[in-house]
Amino acid sequence: MNSQAPSLLTGAGLGMIRGERVLFREVSVAVRAGDALLLRGANGAGKTTLLRILAGLTRPEAGRVTRAAAHHWVGHREGLKPQETPREHLKLWAQAWGCGAETDSVLTRMGLARPADVAGRYLSAGQRRRTALARLLLEDRPVWLLDEPYTALDADGRKLVDDLIAAHRGKGGAVVAAIHGETGFAASGDLSL
Amino acid sequence: MSAAPILAAFRQSLGEAWAGGAGALLPLGFLGGAAVLVPLGIGSDGETLKAVGPGIIWVALALASLVTLERIFQSDAEDGTLDLWLQAGAPVSAIAAAKTLAHWLSAGLPLALFSPLLALMFQAEASPALLVNAGLYALGSLAFFFWGGVGAALSATVRRGGLLISLIALPLYVPTAIFGALAMSGGPGSAGAPLFLAASTLFACAVAPYAMAAALRLAAD
Repeated sequence: MNSQAPSLLTGAGLGMIRGERVLFREVSVAVRAGDALLLRGANGAGKTTLLRILAGLTRPEAGRVTRAAAHHWVGHREGLKPQETPREHLKLWAQAWGCGAETDSVLTRMGLARPADVAGRYLSAGQRRRTALARLLLEDRPVWLLDEPYTALDADGRKLVDDLIAAHRGKGGAVVAAIHGETGFAASGDLSL
Repeated sequence: MSAAPILAAFRQSLGEAWAGGAGALLPLGFLGGAAVLVPLGIGSDGETLKAVGPGIIWVALALASLVTLERIFQSDAEDGTLDLWLQAGAPVSAIAAAKTLAHWLSAGLPLALFSPLLALMFQAEASPALLVNAGLYALGSLAFFFWGGVGAALSATVRRGGLLISLIALPLYVPTAIFGALAMSGGPGSAGAPLFLAASTLFACAVAPYAMAAALRLAAD
């Protein structure tokens, strides 16, 4: 979008091998303020692996990742414990990240006011997904790495994701998301694996 | 570096250990059950029980650590929490140590504190020495939990990893078991044994967190 802005997250010449198969090679990524990069590809093409490499969770077989800004990670596993309520979850991570976020307003914003005190094991898949996405609002971090953010969400929830991403980009944030199918926002770029 | 993520990991693990309301009661019940079975297995002769009592408690502590540690990292790897801790901005070794310490507090320490009562069941005479022994059990079990944590981290992504934990951790339990038993034997060399026990526990606390961190990074890779 804005090629003059400094890159918040760069991956250069990334390559990955899983088992005996080359998952992808020579993949380069550069994300700047306001960008929304979509990772596209069939199941098993390596979208999640690339996201994990960008997050620093997986070491690439080739290439280098440079992270110039803090990032949020929302993987396909929510990180919510069975005994943990959405409110406890957000309080825990607000504490872990040392940000005094107002969890009540985040819960309301994410449509979690009603199930805020219901343990994770009793939540629906969509409610768990909303809880994971709620972490994005606890602390301002320039880069969001999202793995299938729409999964399990209803129309309302998908709209919510679109709004969050739009607001984040408006504030100079950037998003890298692995998404199948339609998105409710205009991406700044597509990367096909 | 801030201590906030480490404290949060500690708090979460403590909550997890107490989830379902069982917490420390479960390992205590395990220890109590084992203690009741022993006289049935080896006979109720007072002298024999007195002789094997301290050793049985060591074994029960070791097993309790293995039983409770199986899920400490496995559940994190399954539900995605591990990914979050790896990116929490604190050294992974410190996170792993905090989680292990929380589990020790909820499963290991209560066992050690409960041990004088068990010793009485094994015909030991009521004396201040039982409290000293409780301290030794506490010290030794800390090493058990840290070494067991290494096994738990290595098998975090392995289904039914409990057996693997035992295979990895049990050889590492040997120094603790030797010095712990020696310290309570009252035989030759028992005077210095508590110091060696303390040294082996310190070694475990110093080394195991780095091994756990490496294993957890590998598990997420």
